Amino acid sequence: MLQHRPLLVLAGWTFFALLLGIGMSMLTFRGDYRVYFEDDNPQLLAFQNVQEVFSKSENVSFLVVPDSGNVFNADTFSLLIALTEGAWQTPMSSRAESLVNFQHTYAFDDDLIVEDLIEPSRMSQTDIERVKQVAMSLPEINNRLVASQGDAAVVEVTVNLPEGDHTLAVAEIAAYARELKAEMEAAHPGHTIYLSGVVMMNHAFAEEAQKDASTLVPLMFAIIAIAIVLMTRSAVASLATMIVVALSVVITMGAAGYAGLFLSTATVNVPTLVTTLAVADCMHLVVSIRQGMKQGMSLDEAIQFSLNINTKPVLITSITTAVGFLTLNFSEVPILADLGNLTALGVMLACALSLTLVPAFFRLCKVNLAGQTEQGNDFFAKLGQWVIVHYKMILPVSVLVLLISAYFVNKNELNDIVVKYFDQSSELRQAVDAQERLIGGMTNIDFVIDTQSVSGINSPDVLQDLEAFTHWLRTQPEVIHVFSMADTYKRLNKNMNNDDDSFYILPQTQEEAAQFLLLYEMSLTYGLDINNQIDIDKAATRVVATLQNLGSKEFTEFEQRAKRWFESLDTQATLSAASPPLMFAHIGEVNMRSMVNGALVALVLISAMLVFALKSWRLGVISLLPNLIPAGIGFGIWGVISGEINLALSVVLSMTLGIIVDDTVHFLSKYNVARAQNKSVEACVRYAFSTVGMALFTTTVVLASGFGVLTFSSFALNADMGLLTVIIIVAALIVDLLFLPAFLLWLDKANNQKEKSYAN
Amino acid sequence: MQIRTVSLMLVCVSLLCAGSYAHADEASKLKGLEIATERKSRDMGWGDSSAEATMILRNASGQEASRELRMQSFEMLEDGDKALTIFDSPKDVAGTAFLSFSHAREPDEQWIYLPAIKRVKRIATKNKSGPFVGSEFAFEDMTSFEVEKYDYDLIREDTFDGEAVWVIEQTPKDDFSGYSKTLVWVDKSEYRARQIEYFDRKGAPLKILVLEDFRLYKDKYWRPHSSEMINLQTGKSTRLITNKLEFDTGVKESDFDKSKLRRAR
Repeated sequence: MLQHRPLLVLAGWTFFALLLGIGMSMLTFRGDYRVYFEDDNPQLLAFQNVQEVFSKSENVSFLVVPDSGNVFNADTFSLLIALTEGAWQTPMSSRAESLVNFQHTYAFDDDLIVEDLIEPSRMSQTDIERVKQVAMSLPEINNRLVASQGDAAVVEVTVNLPEGDHTLAVAEIAAYARELKAEMEAAHPGHTIYLSGVVMMNHAFAEEAQKDASTLVPLMFAIIAIAIVLMTRSAVASLATMIVVALSVVITMGAAGYAGLFLSTATVNVPTLVTTLAVADCMHLVVSIRQGMKQGMSLDEAIQFSLNINTKPVLITSITTAVGFLTLNFSEVPILADLGNLTALGVMLACALSLTLVPAFFRLCKVNLAGQTEQGNDFFAKLGQWVIVHYKMILPVSVLVLLISAYFVNKNELNDIVVKYFDQSSELRQAVDAQERLIGGMTNIDFVIDTQSVSGINSPDVLQDLEAFTHWLRTQPEVIHVFSMADTYKRLNKNMNNDDDSFYILPQTQEEAAQFLLLYEMSLTYGLDINNQIDIDKAATRVVATLQNLGSKEFTEFEQRAKRWFESLDTQATLSAASPPLMFAHIGEVNMRSMVNGALVALVLISAMLVFALKSWRLGVISLLPNLIPAGIGFGIWGVISGEINLALSVVLSMTLGIIVDDTVHFLSKYNVARAQNKSVEACVRYAFSTVGMALFTTTVVLASGFGVLTFSSFALNADMGLLTVIIIVAALIVDLLFLPAFLLWLDKANNQKEKSYAN
Repeated sequence: MQIRTVSLMLVCVSLLCAGSYAHADEASKLKGLEIATERKSRDMGWGDSSAEATMILRNASGQEASRELRMQSFEMLEDGDKALTIFDSPKDVAGTAFLSFSHAREPDEQWIYLPAIKRVKRIATKNKSGPFVGSEFAFEDMTSFEVEKYDYDLIREDTFDGEAVWVIEQTPKDDFSGYSKTLVWVDKSEYRARQIEYFDRKGAPLKILVLEDFRLYKDKYWRPHSSEMINLQTGKSTRLITNKLEFDTGVKESDFDKSKLRRAR
């Protein structure tokens, strides 16, 4: 029998952990926003298609802000020249655009001159004034390459990221950009440069994951260790728990490595969650061993006693927790599914480890816990008595709290602004905020107008539609910039007519449009072609609208509004939209829908398990209330303190369901045991309070501190998920200690009376 | 993907082979210049030619677009050649004619005639690194090869398509070139450029041009009937297919004049 070979158990698990632990060396951090999307995500496919038909639009953006509040001066110009030159050297770059190399066109001697807007050799005050005048008058520059107040300028670098994992490429590009920024700031004091763009965002994802791994995980271990020592007051118990935790985490993460998974902002939290749940299992076992020994049992007897009363609840809560996490597979976000699967695996491992290793370790150390005092049980006995006396008051108050919560639940709104996932301490967020202040926003959306016919864009009708759409976009309140070929065609027509302002209109014939464009295209210099705006067949054109940093709802609403307006044009051309922010906006909504389904499945499965475990239909159904009410209260409180629901919060519902079941199971099973002995309802409640009150409190503290650690993350998806989970777990404890007994008292007393009256 | 594999292989091959000519020295530079001079001299005296060609543009998603064009070339013995290109399709640019004078020592000159407004426009000399009608060919890739345009260095000897070749590094002398350097695979048998790799301004591989289907004209002059320029960074490519090529068509140097562009047919 294994129980008599504790060393074998310990050695066996350690060997297994070492074997699987090797897999951890295969884990890498991925810095790539695409980890949030399935490969066949429709918005991702649309965006990839746009990138293939036109040029790539993945970028690094340098925002240059002079302290003087005016970019039109020789020093800032020389910075921009040097920065643009340096930007071309960015690894994997295919294009670098700025005020400096904007392809300025004008008529001279009946020729079309196409040249850089800023020439290093021409930097007199008159030249600077000329540049300013051009920059402010052209929609292609104003508020794209220079802020409309003239207080900031942008150098935009387009890069070609390799296929597959972007992490290394992104890190290399980001390192170069930071070096270039530091160099420029040193050479030109009085300027601040901010870095943003898709590449920097990708890099920020990897950095946030690494930051969480290097700060939160050690912090969590420290907190958990302190909590264990405080609560068990036994070195052996603490050590046993820590071994269970360590092995659970090592095996889980090793398996992740073997399975080819990677560390992302989501999966980096698996160790934290597994640790938390493993500690909760160990707590139950340790507390019971001590209870047994205090009652005078020998160590072996106490261990057997603890296993007898805990194996089932620990197994059940582990399974329900695993089921809750497994329903994250309903999520549309692959890394959230990874998080769910890994945590589920970890939970089951922790269950097996705690049920085998804790007894083995205690046997090995021959510890005696009997002498230790245990406080708190008195308190829970008193609390039980208080509930019994006041249950008629508790119930209406509970209903009131529930109604208020329900009201505030409705204040929650889906809102995924991806750049706002990062908090103010992150470099990216600071850049985003500066950009928002100076330019107005950076949420871009690529509209593609496709005529499906060769040279279709050059046709006067389509050009008019393009111009009208561009104009309509500019009149929308949330739009801060529109980059459209319509402006280029108008500018060329003016240039070809001797710069006569009255010709700043679309070319009148298809031939003019096509040939002006051909001439212009031939005159552009290296890397500054127009393939990013018009496709090779001249059948489709891309219009890039930059918007304020909207929430997902307003953003998708804007997309729909734009499409509706375009349809009202009665044109042959079709309009489609794509961009990374649009991908995040859509996935937030889709994910929410599928997670609601996931939570329903979890609810059904978990309730069924409880019916089975409690061997009572009635208690199974009753358990629905304390399992659901905490989430209601949690989301209600969230509605008050924030009201913004992002990607990660949509998974909290099914995730917490499995965890809070723990409280309900323990309370109801004890209550049930007492009921079976035909005790009065009051006695049953009293019994449940005195046996599990302390254990519930202890595990809640451990769980809340484990998830609470996540709130220290500077990445909003993790911090918000942690905070809401803590709120729900605490609410669950309160519900299980106040509402549930009050409800049982009310229900079972009424039944008793009924039975009595029948008997009479 | 395939393109990347090819380029990766090329990098590996060049690293492996770099041993023999690891450092540019006077001898390898001289040898490089010698080969380039012989390459040019073997291609002298062809006079004039006229070709009909199709240019097929392809983007990263595999979508294709084609342009029909005619090209007339006139050899200048003392200077770079003169060339006239007329577009027949797409329809809305049909009749657009493009004239270029390649120069050995001075910047090239180029003009374009736009039938829609019946006017000739000059294209600034420094804008030669731009794309030719949206293709992967830049202007500077289309103009005639002149020895004086580059510095040379023989990098290594190699085989290409089963034939012995020299691989020569050419560094453009012109600041306005879009390239930091090019590598040219020149076959030893006929001194023909078989493949050219272009490096962007940051020194990264940008494009690769593969020349194929060489045919012999006037018993002396080899011309590729198919050439494909592949952009290694964007996955786009352009194939230029010569459908018909004639020599000694009777054109005169005076036909290559901007004043005659509007009559070009």
